[in-house]
Amino acid sequence: MLEAQIAETGADRMKPGSLWYDAWLELRGRVIFWLSAVILVVAVVMAAFPGLFTGLGPYERCNLRLFRKGPDGVAVFGYDTQGCEYWSQIVHGTRASVMIGIAVTVFALLISIVLGLLAGYYGGWLDAVISRLTDVFFGIPFVLGATVILIAFPRHGIWAMTLALVVLGWTTMTRLMRAQVIAVRDMDFVAAARMLGANDRRIMFKHILPNAIAPVFVVAMLNVGNVIAGEATLDYLGVGLQYPDVSWGLQLNVAQSYFAENPHLLVFPSLFLTATVLSFLLLGDVVRDALDPKLR
Amino acid sequence: MRYTIQRLLQAVPVFFATTFLIYAMVFALPGDPIVALAGDKPLSPELLHTLRERYHLNDPLLVQYGRYMLNAVQGDLGQTFTGQPVSELLQGRWAVTAQLAVTAWIFELVVGIGLGVIAGLRRGGIADTAVLAGTTFVIAVPVFVVGYTAQILLGLNLALFPTAGVDEGWPVSYLLPGMVLGSFGLAYVARLTRTSLIENVRADYVRTARAKGLRRRRVIGRHALRNSLIPVVTFLGVDFGNLMAGAIVTEGIFNLPGIGQQVFQSIQLQEGPVVVGIVTMLVMIFIVVNLLVDLLYGVLDPRIRRA
Repeated sequence: MLEAQIAETGADRMKPGSLWYDAWLELRGRVIFWLSAVILVVAVVMAAFPGLFTGLGPYERCNLRLFRKGPDGVAVFGYDTQGCEYWSQIVHGTRASVMIGIAVTVFALLISIVLGLLAGYYGGWLDAVISRLTDVFFGIPFVLGATVILIAFPRHGIWAMTLALVVLGWTTMTRLMRAQVIAVRDMDFVAAARMLGANDRRIMFKHILPNAIAPVFVVAMLNVGNVIAGEATLDYLGVGLQYPDVSWGLQLNVAQSYFAENPHLLVFPSLFLTATVLSFLLLGDVVRDALDPKLR
Repeated sequence: MRYTIQRLLQAVPVFFATTFLIYAMVFALPGDPIVALAGDKPLSPELLHTLRERYHLNDPLLVQYGRYMLNAVQGDLGQTFTGQPVSELLQGRWAVTAQLAVTAWIFELVVGIGLGVIAGLRRGGIADTAVLAGTTFVIAVPVFVVGYTAQILLGLNLALFPTAGVDEGWPVSYLLPGMVLGSFGLAYVARLTRTSLIENVRADYVRTARAKGLRRRRVIGRHALRNSLIPVVTFLGVDFGNLMAGAIVTEGIFNLPGIGQQVFQSIQLQEGPVVVGIVTMLVMIFIVVNLLVDLLYGVLDPRIRRA
């Protein structure tokens, strides 16, 4: 009973007066929030149901005679190097970026929550082991490390790529999570919960986690944007996804040889890519501002 | 001094663990490299054995790793498929990449800190909003898109800069690639400087300095800005890794004959071992530079040393 009152998080999280509710009130009035939210909803729907935006499948009804032709009345976005309608190719390319961006971040977030809680809560040798492990992986630059891994495993699809990016991308959030847990674990409400007989697991997940997660959550949002940009860079370099996969990075990889004569090949995927990444970054930014009481 | 030793001791295991991790991943590569070398022709067991002995492939993973590191430290990075030493491939390329990185770094430092100060001093003003919007945009656009756009607009259409190559030497040929390479870091530096300056301008010691009657210029320059630059210095160190990864893209786009272009070309030619060799070396450099920056950090900020 008492303990439930002390843990005024969980079910109460969206009630007036809570951190998240205040953040929502603040967000509701921000134009940038709505703008990026709308773009992201469109991007996610496009990734999940490309059929809603184009009647054509990837590499369907391509006409080599139209290769690299600029925009015309029929195809507003022009045609790609194989004479496929560029609009439908770009729509189908959304899935790779959005899925990898979100999947990598979700997995990395889960890893960082578990490792951060363990390291921050228990401390001692467990903390030392986890922290040193984090240091090791933190020492590998993202694109360089991913290049090495992906070249070592040449035949990879979206999931192998996700795995490689998770391996390199969990450290920042873990460090932050650990620091947050350490800041929270000595607070009075944690001591109160312990005195009332809550076990370690309950304390970690019911009491510490809800009070420590907010900044990690913001970094996760920014991370989606960074992962999408990183994935596109790897595709562009030629170590990421390979034909016949469809992705914006791959389209840009192809476009690099023709950009001077056929700028539309470069412009349209760049626009989509930039809009998506920008929306995730802006969303993360406004959510951070809304969650940070210091700035109010 | 204690901090220095402590930090060094911490860095040594990280350095070896990181490089070992990369080596082990490459070691776990599916397929036998000797069989791959032979191509379609079947090898006799004797020849196979001799070749495995020659390349020390029968040794345990740790021994192989040790040998690789010893060679790498001495500048031997292995060979390409055609038997050319990788280090020979890189001769003369170091200078190009170093010049490019320095150009980008100067650009980041000067323009980034400048923009950050302009934005941070008038929080919420027009300049501040413009800097915030501009930097968010630059961070969101991938480096290669920035590169091509700059090349088309500034190089080709407006002809302000040479479009590609290093014929005109430093700095002319390196200006545009350097700006492209530094754009991402510049955005971060500007934002960091801004945030940190906004925090510090409100601090007590700045109020004290102002109360003493110091001129605004001195208060900002000597007191607020100096302390605000601490996180910026850390970032400039970490950013070294981004610069090297970015150099692969930038040198590819602008056709600069540096290390990055070699990686770029080797990826296109699917020369796995060459890419891995060079990239591993870049990672090692990155770790060492980070260590140096951390040590420098201790010099700049005594609080770190005593903590």
